[in-house]
Amino acid sequence: MTEPAAPPAAPAGTPPAAPPAPPAPAKPAPPPGPLDLGPLVARIAAEVPGTAGLVAAEGPALVVDRRVLLEVMRFLRDDKTLRLDFLSNLCAVDWLKPVAVLEVVYHLFSVEKRHGPLTVKCRTANRTDDAVVPSVVSLWRSAEYQEREAFDLYGVIFAGHPDLRRILTWDELTDFPMRKDYRPPDNFEWEPTPHDEVLKRAAAHQAERREKAGG
Amino acid sequence: MSFGGGMLKSLAMTARNFVGSYFDKKRLVTVQYPEERLTPKENFRNIPFLVFDGDAETGLRCTACKICEQECPPQCIFIELLTDEKGISKKKPKVFDIDMTVCMNCGICAEVCPFDAIKMDSEYELSTTDRFTGLLADKVRLGKSNEYYHRIKHTEAVGVDERLAAKKKPAPAPVKPAAAPAAPAAAPAVPAPTPPTEPKG
Amino acid sequence: MRDVDEPVGAAPEPEPRYKLTPVESAFDQQQLEVSIGPQHPSTHGVFRMDVTLDGEVVTKLKPVMGYLHRNHEQIAERTTYLGTMPFTDRLDYFGSLANNWGYALTVEKLAGITVPERAEYLRVIMCELTRVVNHTCVAGFLLQDLGAWMTPLVWALREREKVLDVFESVTGARMMCNYFRFGGVRVDMTDDDLAVVQKIIDEYPAFLDEFEALMTKNEILQQRCQGVGVLSKELAISAGISGPMARASGVPYDVRKVDKYGIYDRFDFKVPLGEKGDVFDRYYMRVLEVAESLKILRQALKDMPKGPIQDPKTKIRNFRPAKGEAYGRIESPKGELGFYIVSQGDKSPYRYHVRAPSFVNLTILEDMCLGHKLADAIVILGAVDIVLGEVDR
Ligand code: SF4
Ligand code: SF4
Repeated sequence: MTEPAAPPAAPAGTPPAAPPAPPAPAKPAPPPGPLDLGPLVARIAAEVPGTAGLVAAEGPALVVDRRVLLEVMRFLRDDKTLRLDFLSNLCAVDWLKPVAVLEVVYHLFSVEKRHGPLTVKCRTANRTDDAVVPSVVSLWRSAEYQEREAFDLYGVIFAGHPDLRRILTWDELTDFPMRKDYRPPDNFEWEPTPHDEVLKRAAAHQAERREKAGG
Repeated sequence: MSFGGGMLKSLAMTARNFVGSYFDKKRLVTVQYPEERLTPKENFRNIPFLVFDGDAETGLRCTACKICEQECPPQCIFIELLTDEKGISKKKPKVFDIDMTVCMNCGICAEVCPFDAIKMDSEYELSTTDRFTGLLADKVRLGKSNEYYHRIKHTEAVGVDERLAAKKKPAPAPVKPAAAPAAPAAAPAVPAPTPPTEPKG
Repeated sequence: MRDVDEPVGAAPEPEPRYKLTPVESAFDQQQLEVSIGPQHPSTHGVFRMDVTLDGEVVTKLKPVMGYLHRNHEQIAERTTYLGTMPFTDRLDYFGSLANNWGYALTVEKLAGITVPERAEYLRVIMCELTRVVNHTCVAGFLLQDLGAWMTPLVWALREREKVLDVFESVTGARMMCNYFRFGGVRVDMTDDDLAVVQKIIDEYPAFLDEFEALMTKNEILQQRCQGVGVLSKELAISAGISGPMARASGVPYDVRKVDKYGIYDRFDFKVPLGEKGDVFDRYYMRVLEVAESLKILRQALKDMPKGPIQDPKTKIRNFRPAKGEAYGRIESPKGELGFYIVSQGDKSPYRYHVRAPSFVNLTILEDMCLGHKLADAIVILGAVDIVLGEVDR
């Protein structure tokens, strides 16, 4: 359970791996059977072409390189013994240390086989200009709004999303408010609204009333 | 089912309820609020208050340890420690303000206070016409006597009194405060004021 | 216009007093964009639907949300673990106890905390009461959307009051209960409270019968709801729909049965399944689920043991779980409510995410509304059962 340091000699083009995959000591033993991570990694490497070395088990999660994310996800969804047809949760995590990346976490369940969750993680190359991860809307519709939310709050760009707009905040916002380095403006209500004007008027009004009440 | 039968049935049901709402005890549920009032339940919690024994100024149980200030989720408590001229702490609050517009009546301050000094009130008519100062409760306004506490929350107050009495006695081992309904297992000692941490990152 | 047997050559029609000039109507070919909300009673809060209409038929529908967004997740990443508990009340403010449980369950999973027997029963009782209240009120709100002005809703709210009285006397608040603690609950229920719960359970079936007589067999309700907003089973699964809405479409998925969290494996209850997946099924699923919840409540009250209500080893203050991550989920009245927490060993979570059922259930709102009349879109939205505190977070 050591902190996996960033592999300095990563092959060119590989997204920097391994933010500290938090090991889960408190978690009960991983579910038996098809979701055991070790055998699952081997199976994926064998059955999905071109994924050798790009899928790894890290702590409680399966970490998939973004270049093969869609293929692996399709395999997870369609495989006879896995049938993870229910994308319950999709969210982003912002890691500053040891490598600054955004990480998208998927929690998959199976309605048919009633097992789960399988945690899948996929990382962007960095937090700035290449914060791209393929969209899984084509596999699970439930990703549609959740990806929009992750884009809105974290700025993860989901390539192939049909309608990637902000969903919770307003369109004019340029920041991504859930990022760890986000600092809210001092008083954002002051900037675009006539708020200080309103406050000034309220104060004058109050003073007037106090005057009347006093004298 | 013939068409309309279900509708007639629904209408009959409505009519029965309508008539019943004049006679039937079970259907007479509205309380005519300003004239009639329900007494709040004993556990009911609203804005907190500070308990004092005896004198309102010196009898405050609060030692200004600032634990509640740190734990309050919306950060609406503001405490300043009272010191004498030499800067030595008197273990009393100089300022104890609660911003009632921000307080969400969660009761966490009462739960974490190790001295049973802050408790939840059950007063609910708090409206005021002055939203700036009328809703900022200071030490004087927050202070309420132990008798008042007994009046509004008897069971809880008795438990608290017992616990405090047990703590005062020097000899016996600290009594586990298991019976108190509202304050489970607040560590009984630890008066050492923890250094105020940066509240927001 | 003349009568058939009017003699030809009779007096000509008098000149109309004013002339209508026929105008080439701009509406004939045009699609109308209507913005419903954010302040519209039938949108269940501050929620907006940008609807494009062809005549009265919906051709496009874009939900616009976020009016209630307060970055709940970031607030949680800044306060303590305990301090987040009252904030979870504000997610689905109709069922705050269910949110409490989801959060407590996840943190317990993260830190490996056990919950005493009695606390588990208290949790089940409170949560099922929440479900009963929520489903009844949703039926009431749905009827309100259908135009049954006020009566069913107020009846539902009348029953809700009784349950809220129990919440008040146990937890201290009617809606923002803040009742669960890691490893237990905050306050014990007295025997008086339990007697009140028992009374509510005993009287509820009579009310439910009355309510159903008012609604289920009512032809207007049936005609407005049957065949409207049909959602297929495949789409429901793929879109992550959960809760009564998924079960109305025939997806046999109930987290209480699948995960058996808490002590749900001890109770004998069924999960009703719909066939068509239309609005009527969604409404009726809820009515049936109330009956099942009452069953659970009856068993829980019977079996409840005495004992402690809180794991004594769990700290209230300075609670710092070890490094790790956990995803916990429960069956909230709205659907599958999930919490994802990543801990780095600090006093607040490194990452805290809420998987809100209302939010995900809205994904396919457009698919369900297309081709229906505008008035039906309102009903379909009502049957999704959203709470904006949870959608916007
Ligand atoms: S925790 Fe109690 S004693 Fe400490 S400052 Fe708050 S009210 Fe006073
Ligand atoms: S009740 Fe909650 S919000 Fe209000 S002062 Fe106490 S801790 Fe703060």
